[in-house]
Amino acid sequence: MRVLLSGNEAVARGCYEHGVKVATAYPGTPSTEILENVVRYKDDIYCQWSPNEKVAFEVAMGAAFGGVRTIVAMKHVGLNVAADPLMTSTSVGGDGGFVIVTGDDPGMHSSQNEQDNRYYAKFAKIPLVEPSDSQEVIDYVGAAFEISERFGTPVLFRLTTRLCHAKTPVELGKRTEVERKEYEKDTTLRVVIPAHARRLHVKVEKRLEEIRKFAETSPLNRVEEGDPAVGVISSGIAYQYARDAFPDATFLKLGLSFPFPTELARKFCARFDTVYIVEENEPFIEEHLRYAGITNIVGKEKVPLCGELNQSIVARSFGGGDEPDRAAVAPRPPVLCPGCPHRSTFFTLNHLGIGSTSDIGCYTLGVMPPLEGIDTTICMGASIGNALGFEKAIGRDFAKKMVAVIGDSTFVHSGMTGLADVAYNKGATTVIIVDNSITAMTGHQHHPGTGMTLMGEPTTKLDYIALAESMGVKDARRVDAFDMEAVKTAIKEATDNPEASLVVMEGPCALMVRKTWTQPYSVDTENCTGCGVCLRLGCPAISRDEDGKAVINPLFCVGEICGMCAQVCPAKCISVPVEISA
Amino acid sequence: MQRTTNVFISGVGGQGILLASEILSDVALAHGLDVKKSEVHGMAQRGGSVVSHVRFGEKVYSPVIAEREADLLVSFEKMEALRWIHYIAPEGTVVVNDQEIVPSGMERYPEDIDEGLSKRAPNAHIIDALALANEAGNARAVNTVMLGAFSNYLEFTEEDWKKAIEARVPPKTVDINLKAFALGRAAGAR
Repeated sequence: MRVLLSGNEAVARGCYEHGVKVATAYPGTPSTEILENVVRYKDDIYCQWSPNEKVAFEVAMGAAFGGVRTIVAMKHVGLNVAADPLMTSTSVGGDGGFVIVTGDDPGMHSSQNEQDNRYYAKFAKIPLVEPSDSQEVIDYVGAAFEISERFGTPVLFRLTTRLCHAKTPVELGKRTEVERKEYEKDTTLRVVIPAHARRLHVKVEKRLEEIRKFAETSPLNRVEEGDPAVGVISSGIAYQYARDAFPDATFLKLGLSFPFPTELARKFCARFDTVYIVEENEPFIEEHLRYAGITNIVGKEKVPLCGELNQSIVARSFGGGDEPDRAAVAPRPPVLCPGCPHRSTFFTLNHLGIGSTSDIGCYTLGVMPPLEGIDTTICMGASIGNALGFEKAIGRDFAKKMVAVIGDSTFVHSGMTGLADVAYNKGATTVIIVDNSITAMTGHQHHPGTGMTLMGEPTTKLDYIALAESMGVKDARRVDAFDMEAVKTAIKEATDNPEASLVVMEGPCALMVRKTWTQPYSVDTENCTGCGVCLRLGCPAISRDEDGKAVINPLFCVGEICGMCAQVCPAKCISVPVEISA
Repeated sequence: MQRTTNVFISGVGGQGILLASEILSDVALAHGLDVKKSEVHGMAQRGGSVVSHVRFGEKVYSPVIAEREADLLVSFEKMEALRWIHYIAPEGTVVVNDQEIVPSGMERYPEDIDEGLSKRAPNAHIIDALALANEAGNARAVNTVMLGAFSNYLEFTEEDWKKAIEARVPPKTVDINLKAFALGRAAGAR
């Protein structure tokens, strides 16, 4: 059957068809939907969200030790978190096939950097597989497992945002079961004491050379004949852009791009005066060509290194066409949703003149005007360490002026160790967990703080207060995030406390509780003074009318589950209309 | 070789743009065409500007439309039509919902949008999709109204569209959506 699947759905389908038995991940755009779709095959594949990518990686590695085909999926920066097990797992090698999926984000649609994870394959000395549409994703998942099992190595499977989220046609196939390999204890292979690790390094170098020879003739690397005068080398989604920009050229399309098939590329380049290298972000292919002494190539001197490509940019890079004439329009950045529980925290911090080191999640949108409640955001979990560092540099009193704000999922991911550090090193830091009880930014995934597994089973639920107290943070409290007065009191008291403190701002993600939305609020225009206090909440439902009075868009307002605007209105002129029965 | 048709859809997160592009892709796929559809999830959905690219034909490579190559530019919101107007091909068709959604961070809707649109797309078909959605029975059916409006400019039959809508929308909302589609199709006729 022919259907449209996104690249992420295709990874899940590939796992199903190619006999995968265990799949793990921590959600992160653009890779989240991989596991969300694997769970559709949960009768055949065990799958789980892990607290972070490092744990997800280690669980997957253990499953591969246990002899079954396993995948672990994460966004590009997630692989930084999992880099420690990655760098050593590669010398240990697979027992069951082991595929690591990375979702890179050229253009940074939803990320803090634009790192090109192809370099991780080179760094960790493992094969790199790069599909360019959903059908290739399904087929290459199978190929990646075959490579993994044949050469005893994990394989890095690289997708990019456009590939993850673009839907393209695929043929659905049947599942092929792959038998579990019997586990046998072998400490020389799996216990990396230096004596063993030295031998393993030699083995890895030998293995890499064998895989390179394999890559020279692998069908994943193919020449597509065309105009004998124009040669192009490309891989991944960049290949599709190059195909549109050079419709008639001869292509060397790389699907197994590391270890680099040097001789194949050398033979290809010898056929042309100049070969065009089209790749997104870093010059990964180009560096291999130049290292091999191949010089009749044009790549990053023409093709932009920063940002996402498309066929127009590729064509323009080589002199085809000019920039289009854009209309000047005010930006429309993403914002906290109407009814978002995080709004009260940033509104109050702003009101009290307190800054925050913040973290990765929806609440990072608290940086936007008018909330403007954030000073720093770097990576998952950084908020707490950053806040403690500020305090150590500037002085203990500075903790009154700078709190750490972190989401529930992010806190479990890598905030817990930060909180332990605050307690252990006698910080005065106030940590605010904005707890909407879900991983919201990526589309609502469960985590150890929600009480539900990916397989859909109820489970234990992490208690942040008990955790903080056990670490030695005595001032730990829960607050209703929709009670503006309580939020203000809690932040004041916690920052006044000279010891470390934790405030858990509780309120469900508005998108998770649609069924509880009520009649929208409205403004009593006669009594509205146009003071603009409600507008400082930055709620997308509120704007001004022609007379400068506040007006609430009834299509956006979620009603009484929120009510922050009604609480902050000094004229008390915002309410939910009461229906008077006849 | 049959050339590729490019449909560019823009709007504001939450307007149901992805469902509309999903239905269009289903219709094209059912005709045995190669189809690619691309949008970005994540940060972009939180009330921000959202776009979806749909391309179909005999063989499609890039999943995104090149600037100045959209045969059809459909926008669920006026500012968002102007923001992406450089995607329209010289002979392309523009279909715009008359709705104004104030971007967060701004207190009022910018005043020069109509003027900009009439300059850049003088022949745009303007539809009051919100009014028609309300007429159909639900303000959230703006997306199927727009689908109906732009369906006039593609070579698929009304039956094709209806089948795809029935297969995609929640069963309880089929009637409202079909009504919204019909109202949109009548309002957007050439």
